[in-house]
Amino acid sequence: MSMDLSRFHDVFFEESFEAVNTIEASLLEVDLDAPDPESINNIFRAAHSIKGGSATFGFSQVAAYTHVMENLLDEVRAGKRRLTQPIVDVLLESVDALRLLLSSAKAGEDIPEEEFAQHKSKLEAISKDQSSLTTATASSTSDSSAPVAESASGDDGVAGWRVVFTPHKEMMQRGNDPLRLAKEIASLAEGDAEIECDISTLPDWEHFEPLNSYLGWTVRLRQPVEKAAIDDAFAWVENECDMAIVPIPKAQSAPPQPQHEKPSEPAASAAESVQTAEKSAAPAAKQAKPAAVAESQSIRVDLDKVDALINMVGELVITQSMLNMLSEDEALQGMEKLLQGLTQLKRQTRALQEGVMQIRMLPISFCFNRFPRMVRDLSRQLGKDIELMLSGENTEVDKTVIEKITDPLVHLVRNSVDHGIENPADRVAKGKPEHGSVYLRAYHQVGNIVIEVEDDGKGLDPQVLLSKAKRKGLIPGDAILNEAQIFELIFLPGFSTKEEASDLSGRGVGMDVVKRNVQSLGGSIQVESELNRRTRFTIRLPLTLAIMDGQLISLGEELYVIPLVTIIESLQPDPSMINRVAGTHETIKLRGAYLPVLRLSEALDAAQNESEKPKPLTDGIIVIVEHESRRFGLFVDELLSQQQIVIKSLEENYRLIPGVSAATILGDGRVALILDVGGLSQLQKDSEISYADAG
Amino acid sequence: MAKILAVDDSASMRQMVTFTLKGAGYQVDEAANGQEALSKAKSGKYDLVITDVNMPVMDGISLIKNLRAEGAYKFTPLLMLTTESGADKKAEGKAAGATGWIVKPFNPDQLVATVKKVLG
Repeated sequence: MSMDLSRFHDVFFEESFEAVNTIEASLLEVDLDAPDPESINNIFRAAHSIKGGSATFGFSQVAAYTHVMENLLDEVRAGKRRLTQPIVDVLLESVDALRLLLSSAKAGEDIPEEEFAQHKSKLEAISKDQSSLTTATASSTSDSSAPVAESASGDDGVAGWRVVFTPHKEMMQRGNDPLRLAKEIASLAEGDAEIECDISTLPDWEHFEPLNSYLGWTVRLRQPVEKAAIDDAFAWVENECDMAIVPIPKAQSAPPQPQHEKPSEPAASAAESVQTAEKSAAPAAKQAKPAAVAESQSIRVDLDKVDALINMVGELVITQSMLNMLSEDEALQGMEKLLQGLTQLKRQTRALQEGVMQIRMLPISFCFNRFPRMVRDLSRQLGKDIELMLSGENTEVDKTVIEKITDPLVHLVRNSVDHGIENPADRVAKGKPEHGSVYLRAYHQVGNIVIEVEDDGKGLDPQVLLSKAKRKGLIPGDAILNEAQIFELIFLPGFSTKEEASDLSGRGVGMDVVKRNVQSLGGSIQVESELNRRTRFTIRLPLTLAIMDGQLISLGEELYVIPLVTIIESLQPDPSMINRVAGTHETIKLRGAYLPVLRLSEALDAAQNESEKPKPLTDGIIVIVEHESRRFGLFVDELLSQQQIVIKSLEENYRLIPGVSAATILGDGRVALILDVGGLSQLQKDSEISYADAG
Repeated sequence: MAKILAVDDSASMRQMVTFTLKGAGYQVDEAANGQEALSKAKSGKYDLVITDVNMPVMDGISLIKNLRAEGAYKFTPLLMLTTESGADKKAEGKAAGATGWIVKPFNPDQLVATVKKVLG
C-alpha cells in the first residue's frame, strides 16, 4: 500500500516556514546571560518538527540540515552547551539557509550539492566547537543503548533459536501484552515455531495481583531467522523482561529440547544481562510554562472558499439593504412584526459581514516579525546601535494588505536605519543617546489601520529638500512651499535624500514607489519630521480590500463611485476660474495653481443627454482627485452620498474597462462602476497630448 | 473498529497518520498537543494513542504519564513517535509508561504494520 504523501506537502511547507519564523524570533529575543529555557525549547521543538516532517516526506536536504541543527540545539537545551553569540549568529544564518532549502524543496528540487555542503559545514563547525561546552567530556548524544555484543558470532551454523523471556510484573501496565510478543516472535519463523507457557512462577491466590503479569514464555523457532529480527521484537520491552536468545545448533535442531527449563537460568547466564534500573525521567522534559502565550487553535482553509463566502455575504448585504429600502414604503407601516424582523435582519447581516471579514484578517505580526532581524543585521553592518520597538503586532488586517504592505515597510525601515539614525559619534555630539530607536507601530483608527515608522534620527531638513527639488527641476525655482508641502516632495519620482543610493537602500526604488504601493492598496502616506529630532511616516490603509469608502456621483442617468481616499476636494467652479486656451485642454485655476480638468462623460464615452454642445463647467461639479501626487479635476453632474461599498471585480464578471477599477451593487439594486483614478489620470494625460498634436 | 488518538503538533504529520490509519480501517481522532489529547482521552475511550514527543503546552511524555494515571488507560497501548537519535527520549518515555515507539521517519506501511501488531 504505497501511499502518495504529496497531499500533505502544502501543510508541511506552511508549518515549516512558520517554524522557521519561530526559530528566528526566539533567537532574536534570547538573552545570552540568562536564556529562557522555554524559548530555547521553542527553538528546539521547531527544528525538531521540521526535521521529522522533512524526513517523513522525503526532503532529504532539509532533513539532513535540520538534523545537525537539532543536535546542536539539543545540547544547548540539555545544558551541555552554553548559548554564545557565535552560536546565535550561526543559527540565524541557518534560518536563512533553511528558508532556502525549504523553498527549493517546495519547488521540487535540491540546491546544488556544494552549496548545501557549505551551509551544512558551517553548522557542523560550530557544533564541534569545544569552547562552548559546559563539561570537558565532549560526548555525543548518539544512541548508546542495546550494545548487541555477540550476534555476529556465526549465525550460519544455527538451525533456530530458543527465546526465553519472563516479563516483569508491570509489563502489561505499559500496554505490552506478553502473549502478543510471544506470537510476534513465533511469526518470525512463519509458523514453524512453538510457544510454551511456564506457569511455575504464578503466586498463591492470596498474593495474586490481577494487574501484574506472572507467566514465563519460551518460543522455539525452527528457522534460522536473523537474530536482529528477534532483538527488534524485544525493542520496546528490553528493560521490562528477563530474556535470553539462545541459538539452536544445526546438528540437534530436530529433537525437541528437554521439557522444563527454568527461564531464569538462561536469563541470568545469557550474555545480554538485563538492566532493570530504570532511568529517572531526565530533567529536560520540562512542562511548558503556564504563562507562555496561549496557543490559539486554528484550521487551514483554502482562501478561495473564504472569498466565495465573503462574496455571498456581500450579496446578502445588498439584498438586506434592498429590503430595508422597501420597508420605508408607506404600505408597510402598519406591519410592526415585519418591520421588527427587518431591523433584526439588518443587525444580523452586519454582524455576519463583520464576522466573515474577520476570517481574512491576520495579525500584522506576520509582517512585523521580519524586522527585528533586519534591523539587527543592518545596524551591525553600518556600525550603528539601533533598537527596534514594535507595538500593536496583534492588530489585525486583511491578508492581502499584509502581503502588499511588507515591501513598502521594508523600504521605510531601511531608510530609517540607513539615512535616519546617525552614527553613534554624531549622536553623542548632538547630545542624543548613543543608541538610536526605530519605532514600528500599528493600530486601528475608525475603519483604517494605521502603521507608523518613526526614528529619532536626524530628521528632514526643509531647506535641503527644497533646494534639492529645485536643483533637480522637480518644482519651479520660484515656488514657495510650506513645511508640510516641502516634506511631501520626497514622494516625487526622481527624488532621493542621499546623493548616491547606498548599498542598503537599494537603487532606483524611491519613496515614490512606496507611495504608489500604499495608494494601490487604497491607502495614504504622510510624513512629519523635526530636524535632528525625529521623522515619522504614517500609513493609513483600509482594513480590507473588499469594502471601501466611496463618493457616489452621477453622470446623466448613470451612477459612479470615486474612492474617497483619492478625493482632495469638490467644488462648483466660478466662471472666473475656468481657463481654456483655444485648442488646448480645459483647466481651472485654483488658489494660484492650474489644474487640468477631465470630463468624465468624455473619458468614459458616456451617452450625452441629447444636447450636442458640451455642458459648461459651471453647470456641474469638479471633483479634485489625486494620483501619484498629480492632481486633476473630474467634471461630473452631481455629488451624491458617501457610503461604504462592497467591491465586485469587473474583470471576473465582465472585462477590463480603462478608467474603471471595479463595480458595486447599491442598496436599491443598481449597479455603479467604481472609477480608477490612476487610469483616469492616464486618460487625461493622453488627451493633453492629443490636444497638443491637434494644435 | 478500534479507535485511535493521533497526537502531534505538526499538522502535516498528524494528517498523514490520520489519513493512513483511516485508510487501514481504523477510527481516528486528532489532538495537537498533550493537553488536548488528555481531555479527549478522558471524554472518550481509545484503544491506542500515538503521540509525538516534542509538543508545546504538554509534551508526549507528560501525556503518557498522565494517561497511565487514568484507570481507563492502565493497559492501553501508548506509542510515541520519536527520532532515531532520541535514545534518552525512548528511555524516558518507557519510564513514563509508554508501550513502545515508532521511529521517524516512517512510511505509511510501517505505521500500519506497527499498529496492527499492537492492536492484534
